[in-house]
Amino acid sequence: MRGLDLAVAPGTVCGILGPNGAGKTTAVRLLTTLLRPDAGSARVAGHDLVREPEAVRRAIAVTGQHASVDGDLTGRQNLRLFARLHRVRGPAERAAELLDRFGLTEAADRAASTYSGGMRRRLDLAASLIRRPEILFLDEPTTGLDPASRNIVWEAVRDLTADGTTVLLTTQYLEEVDRLAHDIALVDKGRVAHTGSPAQLKALIGAHVEIVVTDADLLVKAAGVLDQLTGGEPSFDHDRNAIGAITRDSTLTLPRLVRELDAAGVPLLDASIRPPTLDDVFLRLTKELAT
Amino acid sequence: MSMLAYDGTAMLGRQLRRVRNNPGLLILTQTMPITMLLFFGYVFGSALAMPGEEYRSFLVPGLLVATAANGIMTGMFQAAQDVHRGVTDRLRTLPISRAAVPLGQSVADVLVTAAGLVPFLLVGLAVGWRVEGSALRAAGALALLLLFRFATTWIGIFLGLLTGSEEAAGQLGGATFVLPLLSNAYIPAEGLPGWLRALAEWNPISAVTTALRDLFGNAPVPEGAAWPVAHPIAGSLIWCALLIAVFAPLAVRRYARGED
Repeated sequence: MRGLDLAVAPGTVCGILGPNGAGKTTAVRLLTTLLRPDAGSARVAGHDLVREPEAVRRAIAVTGQHASVDGDLTGRQNLRLFARLHRVRGPAERAAELLDRFGLTEAADRAASTYSGGMRRRLDLAASLIRRPEILFLDEPTTGLDPASRNIVWEAVRDLTADGTTVLLTTQYLEEVDRLAHDIALVDKGRVAHTGSPAQLKALIGAHVEIVVTDADLLVKAAGVLDQLTGGEPSFDHDRNAIGAITRDSTLTLPRLVRELDAAGVPLLDASIRPPTLDDVFLRLTKELAT
Repeated sequence: MSMLAYDGTAMLGRQLRRVRNNPGLLILTQTMPITMLLFFGYVFGSALAMPGEEYRSFLVPGLLVATAANGIMTGMFQAAQDVHRGVTDRLRTLPISRAAVPLGQSVADVLVTAAGLVPFLLVGLAVGWRVEGSALRAAGALALLLLFRFATTWIGIFLGLLTGSEEAAGQLGGATFVLPLLSNAYIPAEGLPGWLRALAEWNPISAVTTALRDLFGNAPVPEGAAWPVAHPIAGSLIWCALLIAVFAPLAVRRYARGED
């Protein structure tokens, strides 16, 4: 960690994105008191990480590849154990309630080691929700899950934030961040490189415009028009007689693009404006960071 | 303190449930010493100068202590497994007592060991071993044995948290099999060359074994032995106190701090 500044609003989902080795897992391990920082400070749910780790632990819950339930115990035994450790009154009732909510009642009395990946992750999440945490850390919660299990996890996350829980989500699936996160922190080399909502980060990149003309002789003329419209530097694909450009102008729509080029006397074979995906954002921004 | 007791009891319950859910390992660790008693007792017992029945009486306390020393192996394996599977990390993010998790594991291990004494001692009685002294002294022998198990489990828990890998724990655990071979658990140390005898008698297993033989009345304290064996009860208590004083805080600290 080089100095990771991260402030997350209560009741929101903050997605932490970054290439492998960027420091995501280290950040989560620090914030969940699993690692002690050499220097610097952080407040988690208003408590100092170094001086009040107990208070931090009372406010958080962690689910992820690195924090797991006990495979030698059944699902029910696991939840009862964690309920007891959380001082829940009526641990058996609480366990039954969570098993039901996560669709695990049928498998409740089987050893957790016999569960499928999806069931296992659901049990992990259930164990984190014994008491509603102020902050829930989800470390790649849906890696390797089938779509049905993934939806259950996503549903649970939405319910939690509706109740006021703050969620810190690290994931490799950009679609997951796009669907769940209110804010994104792009982490690279142990520091936060960019923050913003998914829409803000996409606006940072701009949309990708591409046109295909009928004849190679028209490329220069077409590029001139495109340059005026987008203000970006056009790139040529001579094999396909295609020109691409980036635009940050949200008023540039497809009909307008076609009209302007038609008016300039450029016959088109194809035209498209593609809004950026978070993949584009991720690739572009990490590439920029690398240079 | 009440937090430690409450959380420790919950963790103790977890360990006992694990054993109940998965009795295979328990059965294996229980049949091992019985098999060794029958093999050593009859094979070595026929070859040694000591008469067979006398050797088997000599062997029962030795095997009890050698088996107790396996606390290093089981403690290490369970702790490493928890680290490897991420269970330790989850527990470390909970607002529970830092000592509760290793303490729960060590106490559970002692309880399981105590239960396992019953079948072994029954087989011992069947092959000719007897309690020759008072019942009180015999009870003292069993208490000392369990104290020794408690101590070795802490060594195991510390090493398991340190390695964090089931494979490494398995390999290192195999090495603990050698420890009783370098002691008076299976053979009288008096016949060994001087330097080897000294080495064997400074092995904590020898002091505890001699104390058990003395308390059960199976064999006299050997002449001219190193201090812990010559004063087996005091020697055993000091060894146990020393091991617990060193390894319990190390294990708890390791658990509380994690890998940094």
